[in-house]
Amino acid sequence: MTAVIELWSGLHPLLQAVIKGLAVIGVMFPFGGACSLIERKVSAWMQGRPGPNRALPFWVAWVPGIGFLQRLGVFHLMADGGKMFFKEDPVPGHVNKFYFYLAPVVAMIPALTTVTVVPFGAYLNEAGKLMPLVLANLDVGILAVFAVSSLGVYALILAGWASNSKYPFLGGIRASAQLISYELSMTLSVLPVFLAVNAPGGGGTLSLFNVVEFQSGTWQGFTLASAHGLWFGLTMPVAAIVFLVALFAETNRLPFDMAEGEADLVGGFHTEYGAMKWGLFFVAEYSHMLIGSGVFVLLFLGGWNPLPFVPLSTLAAWLNLADQPLILGLLSIAIFMGKVLFFIFLFMWVRWTVPRFRYDQVMKLGWQKLLPLAIANLLLYAILIAFLQKPVS
Amino acid sequence: MAYVVERKPLTLPERLYLPQIIAGLRVTLKHLFAPNVTMEYPEQRPPIPTGYRGVPTLVKDPHGREKCVSCQLCEFVCPPKAIRITPGEIPADQPERAHVEKGPQAFDIDMLRCIYCGLCQEVCPEEAIFLQNQYSMSGYTRAEMVNDKAKLYELGGTLPDQHFKWDKKKAAAEHGNAH
Repeated sequence: MTAVIELWSGLHPLLQAVIKGLAVIGVMFPFGGACSLIERKVSAWMQGRPGPNRALPFWVAWVPGIGFLQRLGVFHLMADGGKMFFKEDPVPGHVNKFYFYLAPVVAMIPALTTVTVVPFGAYLNEAGKLMPLVLANLDVGILAVFAVSSLGVYALILAGWASNSKYPFLGGIRASAQLISYELSMTLSVLPVFLAVNAPGGGGTLSLFNVVEFQSGTWQGFTLASAHGLWFGLTMPVAAIVFLVALFAETNRLPFDMAEGEADLVGGFHTEYGAMKWGLFFVAEYSHMLIGSGVFVLLFLGGWNPLPFVPLSTLAAWLNLADQPLILGLLSIAIFMGKVLFFIFLFMWVRWTVPRFRYDQVMKLGWQKLLPLAIANLLLYAILIAFLQKPVS
Repeated sequence: MAYVVERKPLTLPERLYLPQIIAGLRVTLKHLFAPNVTMEYPEQRPPIPTGYRGVPTLVKDPHGREKCVSCQLCEFVCPPKAIRITPGEIPADQPERAHVEKGPQAFDIDMLRCIYCGLCQEVCPEEAIFLQNQYSMSGYTRAEMVNDKAKLYELGGTLPDQHFKWDKKKAAAEHGNAH
């Protein structure tokens, strides 16, 4: 064990970063595929169907109990992925080839780039200080997430434009209008959180890790200090709801999937795409969902803290894990991923509950409801925080 | 008479929409845990209601004799002309059937033509042809989809009706009355 750690710390930092990055991508990419399977299963169960449950590779059919995995449709994941990789990739004659090929790449890059600044766990180092598990603990964390993830819309516009036919074009137009509208309320809804985190007089930070640290308080009686133990989702419910609704719109999920509304736009921006290029769009969409849910969990649901008033360090003390950084790190990742998976499920749950909005309703909701709500919320909390966090003089 | 639907203004929770979504989420969650309503077809088969009109078949009487007397009524009534019968004599080596006038030498039903109307069953004076429970016919060639006599009897089996019309006729003939 120690030999592995020594070998690891002996590596060049650049090599370390590359390995860590590849590891995260190696988790993200199949996870995006797995989400499509979860999506199929959840939609099937909600519609009273068993869902995909037939695929079974013949070379594992002898394993006892494999039938359970078969019923869960686990092998459909391999079947789907294999199909996507090996099927013919048609390129229609009327498309603008360069941008047509570029669009799925542009979709994937922001999706995989944002992962770098999202912390997904934490451990206690020798000094007993909480350290984040993150590829790059940037000081501008949330800003980087917003800046890079909103580049994803260029993929949709590019795909819609390069396809050179009307349905993808309309899908691309809708996507850009919708994403720009909701970006605004999303950013505004996050501001109160950072107003609270950046106390006057202290050094300013936009790091997501600091937001989670801020929510890692314990119960200290009925004082203001106890508010640190509560998650922002409980102290700022309106901001959380606005962020969540904007998140649904940003990730193009129902009820906001204007860009690919199959009833009115055939397939929207990816009508002309097939095979792995289409698959890349889908993995990118699911990666966006994963990262969006991750950011929501970090901002409003206490990240890797198991419960309100019970931060990770308290849990480590209870379980005597303070000197076991590896186990504690894995535990924190598990807690974080559990919360994220709930949100992935919520995305699918809402998909089968709420019908798609009309385009004008989407615009009205974005500009006339969410944006004023986010601004009012920001003002309210700005005043509140100004009073509560006034430096004691 | 004109009927005016009353349109109530939306209440506050309805206008907020979120409580409505949560109510909807509860409904869908209930469905998530509800048992499946689909049938996994090849393993599970639906119950066939009585009077179902499946694939037409030929049946034998409880003594194991073929009932069809090759009158060709079904062939003539068949709207899509799916039935083709070649009438023949009763073979000499079957003395127990000697009193029956005719029997089919060949009996083909082309299942690519059959429309499952049931007219053949309705018209048959001998109750020899029945549309039974089998509903799935498939094959790789056109020739496979033509049911010949052997196949029709295999599908049909024996129906437990106790008419024995030709036995009665034989007995009557032996007693001297023509009918």
